[in-house]
Amino acid sequence: MAGKRSVIPFGPQHPVLPEPIHIDLITEDEKVVEAVPSIGFVHRGLEQLVTKKDFGEMVYVAERICGICSFGHGYGYVNAIEHIMDIHPTDRARFIRTMLFELSRMHSHILWLGLMADAFGFESLFMETWKYREKILDMLEAATGGRVIFSIIRIGGLRKDVPDEVMQGFLPELDKVVEGIKSCEKVFLSDPAVLSRLKGIGYLSKEDAIALGCEGPFLRASGVDTDNRMRGYAAYSSVDFDIITSDEGDSYARCYVRIQEIYQSASIIRQCIEKMPKEGIYVPIKGFPNGEYMTVIEQPRGGACYYVHSSGRKFIERMRVRTPTFANIPALTKTLQGCDVADVPILVVTIDPCISCTER
Amino acid sequence: MSLVNFTKTELKNLFSKPATEKYPDGPATYKEGTRGHIVNNMDACVLCGVCQMRCPTRAITVDRKGQTWSIRPFSCIQCRRCVDNCPKKSLSMAKEYTEPDVEKSQMDFELSDRQKEVLAEQARQAAERAKAAMLATKQKTVQAKEDKPGEKPGADPDPGKADK
Ligand code: SF4
Ligand code: SF4
Repeated sequence: MAGKRSVIPFGPQHPVLPEPIHIDLITEDEKVVEAVPSIGFVHRGLEQLVTKKDFGEMVYVAERICGICSFGHGYGYVNAIEHIMDIHPTDRARFIRTMLFELSRMHSHILWLGLMADAFGFESLFMETWKYREKILDMLEAATGGRVIFSIIRIGGLRKDVPDEVMQGFLPELDKVVEGIKSCEKVFLSDPAVLSRLKGIGYLSKEDAIALGCEGPFLRASGVDTDNRMRGYAAYSSVDFDIITSDEGDSYARCYVRIQEIYQSASIIRQCIEKMPKEGIYVPIKGFPNGEYMTVIEQPRGGACYYVHSSGRKFIERMRVRTPTFANIPALTKTLQGCDVADVPILVVTIDPCISCTER
Repeated sequence: MSLVNFTKTELKNLFSKPATEKYPDGPATYKEGTRGHIVNNMDACVLCGVCQMRCPTRAITVDRKGQTWSIRPFSCIQCRRCVDNCPKKSLSMAKEYTEPDVEKSQMDFELSDRQKEVLAEQARQAAERAKAAMLATKQKTVQAKEDKPGEKPGADPDPGKADK
């Protein structure tokens, strides 16, 4: 006999959520039978601003789509414009961009580990992981002058060079971070109490992950090996890395994939610093963009699409961003079906939700 | 097993120095090149207005008449665009973040007396140059007018004059 159904509202304000998303959990006893998400609490209309800011100023707006993957958003927009205007940034600019991109990925994944630890109630682990994230933020600050918004990228290259000594200084720091994350990894991946909260929770099959259009580590944790970095934008074609996947498809697998990606990012950064070319960082641009382009890049949370349409004027006509969290919400509702109410916060965190970029 | 692992980390943390700074009780440390806030050297600014034009958030106002340069620090996004574009290199970025405030204030800076004099002198020289240029054009026009009758049919044309 089916139990009595009741609806539990989850969010938009909830201790586990840094940003507002609302989910109506339809429950039967302690089990969730259906989850109905609603978004739209933090829409800021940033895409509309392309008609008000000229195409060069728009880089600053694009960066502000999100505070965690700010570099990626700036890069996605700049990449689209550079394709329209047929600009080829110098090799040094490409390598520095890749390095900053990977530093952003590292700090985003470490942030996620901390939020995850917080979600299953391990406060000291949360602080320990964020201690290492701080080191990455320090590196970003030393390289760009900003901790959250970097304002270093511009159409045609970079606005500021990162001196070689500064980059060499990153190498020992990276070792420390990797060592620190290794010590935390033991807890995340083999602590019995943590495992009881992660193993087998929120299973998503490979077929469902593909059918529901998941992105990023969430997709790779279900055994699908796609990674947009393999397309070779920026300097990704010049560095060695693999796609990290796991076949388990549960919360544990998502944790595993993200931790491995932190090590992988550290390795990409090392390769970038080793191979860093010497020449300039900027190629001058002429005229205004005329045409349209759609680019897909791999943000820490998954593939993000940037579409730009412009008709040879100072102001772009249309810009559209599709962010990975938006693509992952349908799969989230799928994983929520059949879970315990107590596991909902963890499952919401496993997609690494970034609501402000979803709604822009 | 792993709990023992984490106990090690916790013990280490207990006896090592804090990972955080006690700001605002102690001073905050910034990296070299942190984009904190904009400073204008009023001894070098020429009030050209390039920074105002380039600022993506229109945080800067240049008043040439009143000889002031103003910034709204709470609108500034510390992007450094004005610093990169200032032709006199009078703008710079200081490391410290903007102080908190209870309202979105505007900060006005007046040109230094020395710079005022320099600008006044420059303006005077520019005016003189303009005057001289105007006189020269005037003379040219008068001369051209005098030359015109020479071009009339029947008169003796002086071919060299037209080139002068
Ligand atoms: S660009 Fe430089 S010189 Fe010109 S008004 Fe601004 S601060 Fe002054
Ligand atoms: S730093 Fe950027 S936002 Fe601030 S005043 Fe300069 S140009 Fe404007």
